[in-house]
Amino acid sequence: MNLIRTLAMARKELIHILRDPRSLGIVVVMPVTLMLLFGYGVNLDLKQTPIYVCDQDGSQQSQDLLKRFQASPYFHVVRVVEKTSQIAQALDSGEAKMGVVIPWNFSRLLSVGGKAKVQALVDASDDNTANVLIGYTQAVVQGYGTSVQLDWLARRGIGLQSAPVSVQTRTWYNENLESSAFIIPGVLALVMSVIGAFLTSLTIAREWERGSMEQLISTPVSAMEIMLGKLTPYFVLGMIDVVLCAALAIFWFHVPFRGSYVTLLLCSALFMVAVLSMGFFISVVAKNQFAASQIALIATFLPAFLLSGFLFAIEQMPPVLQAITRIFPARYYVSILKKIFLKGTPAALLMSDLIPLGIITVLLAVVATRAFHKRLE
Amino acid sequence: MWGRIWQMLIKEFIQVVRDKRTRFVLIGPPIIQMLIFGYAATYEIRNVSTVVLDQDHSQQSRELVSRFKTSPYFRVERELTDARVMHQLVDQGHATIAIEIDAGFAARLQKGELAPVQVIVDATNSNTALIASGYVSQITLAFARATQSARMGRIAPQLVERMPSVELEQRPWYNPEFRSRWFFVPGVIGSLTLLLVITLTAFAVVREREIGTLEQIMVTPIRPGEFILGKTLPFFLIGMFDVSLIGAVGTFWFQVPFQGNVGVLLVGAVLFILCMLGVGLLISTISSTQQQAMVTAFFFIMPAITFSGFGFPIATMPQWLQTMTYLSPLRYFLVVLRGTYLKGVGMEILWPQMAAMAALSFGLLTVAILRFHKAVD
Repeated sequence: MNLIRTLAMARKELIHILRDPRSLGIVVVMPVTLMLLFGYGVNLDLKQTPIYVCDQDGSQQSQDLLKRFQASPYFHVVRVVEKTSQIAQALDSGEAKMGVVIPWNFSRLLSVGGKAKVQALVDASDDNTANVLIGYTQAVVQGYGTSVQLDWLARRGIGLQSAPVSVQTRTWYNENLESSAFIIPGVLALVMSVIGAFLTSLTIAREWERGSMEQLISTPVSAMEIMLGKLTPYFVLGMIDVVLCAALAIFWFHVPFRGSYVTLLLCSALFMVAVLSMGFFISVVAKNQFAASQIALIATFLPAFLLSGFLFAIEQMPPVLQAITRIFPARYYVSILKKIFLKGTPAALLMSDLIPLGIITVLLAVVATRAFHKRLE
Repeated sequence: MWGRIWQMLIKEFIQVVRDKRTRFVLIGPPIIQMLIFGYAATYEIRNVSTVVLDQDHSQQSRELVSRFKTSPYFRVERELTDARVMHQLVDQGHATIAIEIDAGFAARLQKGELAPVQVIVDATNSNTALIASGYVSQITLAFARATQSARMGRIAPQLVERMPSVELEQRPWYNPEFRSRWFFVPGVIGSLTLLLVITLTAFAVVREREIGTLEQIMVTPIRPGEFILGKTLPFFLIGMFDVSLIGAVGTFWFQVPFQGNVGVLLVGAVLFILCMLGVGLLISTISSTQQQAMVTAFFFIMPAITFSGFGFPIATMPQWLQTMTYLSPLRYFLVVLRGTYLKGVGMEILWPQMAAMAALSFGLLTVAILRFHKAVD
């Protein structure tokens, strides 16, 4: 292997990239776009959910309960209606996510010491929203029920605590339960998958498609030099993006960063090598750019998005799928990112992720080199 | 004129179907993505790993712990005796929830004082943390109420019977068992169609330009309008084929019920695919290489999917983003998909979505065709 030839290759590739302003643009614009998309667009914490209330009772008590819904930051009482059919319509059209029905005998039941039932009709087509919503509704209704009971007891001369048990929750690592702190570190993995696998596999597939790869091979440059030379510029771009993304995450979105910058860079470099090898391998296997882009999508972007724990918790997937996630480097990288950002885990404790990531990276690099050699023969 | 379009159509079909890889790309990736999405995308929470530190060892504390043990949402992995071990387990990510009951819990309950339960939640995944801590509160509150009424029974047994209470009755509509899959599968059908139709259309036109065959076609008697029709009609048909294919996987493999009218869904699909053809054509007019087309498509696809309500509720986005979601055709198609799949609603409710998609497709196609004429001249 000759360093000068490799560098010459790298230089040629770099000129290619620099000459196409849009490709270059993607290097800067894409990470920023993805960061903003996920930073602002993904928020699973509900506030001001539109609801309808159907007050069939129209009593002092039902008004009290209504006021509690109106005062809650989680609900936005869009309309108070008279018929349940109006709630059905609002749920069908998506105007409201929930309808609360206070039955006509609500205050009467309360005055005679009966069980008054409040109905919550929830649009559960989005199960997560529905689930959280029911939790909040439960809290409002129970809070009201307890205060009714305490009043009732107080009038009979019995003083009782509202709830004898209190839950003191401490949320660690992401104290305010910010969706962005949980999502944004993982965006780095997405960005690098796009740069490493998408861009790389496409540019190299183009060389095959146009036949310029054959021209390259006929020069004295060896296969190893071609590969290294082609990948180095993308490696550098990927690392620039890591710094850019980390800076955005920390200074713009104020995601806590508790670990070490050096560890972050080293782990990112390792992951970058893994995705670059993958991208190179894809370009060797896929003959044209369209096929390359589709394979890159399935082999790198999708796993980074779905199977990495970026958004969806791996522990909640079926066991077979959990096993599949172990093949993809993104899983380990996302786990490392979250640990470095939110937990500040030192490198020594990252080994359970770093070792598999290292092994997979080496394997990918070997497979890519082999495939390339074979294709050349 | 129709003869020429027909010839063009045949040529396109041959081009798509001839290549083994492209043939595979039309069927393989959509199905793979559908399967992965169907299994991986879930916000449901089951068996969250939990550790318990019971320092009270009383009947009451054991009773509370056993409520967690029998809950399907938690899996009590270990019962500890040392707070340091508990913190370590959370730190290393082995436990997501740690419940600590201090000594004196039962004594406080006995005296009618407020008895605290301390909970540590690993919030690196803020969504899991949010929902899990909701369940923790629910279980603890249920325990508190049971304790409360037992206490009442001791203090004033004659009153318990007559005390009023308020209960919440939940009626989850459209998805009574809160299955995440029912929510995601219709969304995946829309997203995959978007991905496929846009990339196919953009790539097909740009490839002709890149290889230089576009000029050859333009010197034949075919007119630009005929060319566009002949070029896009196959992709329209392929898009319809893929919607049906992925829809079939959703219905027959994932058993997502289809409550509505197939005709309504098809009308929605036609309008949506027209929008996507417009976007694809538009991208092809502003890209000169396939890589550029891919990059440009990516910049459209990512926001279009994120802002569609596909997995992240639109209601929780900042206002300016919510306004932007109206530009994503997928937003409307998702309402149609979920409306027909889960809610079983028809045109009387979905017409605004249809009208929006019709307007968008008209606008997109007009601009695309005008630009295309210009690019050819």
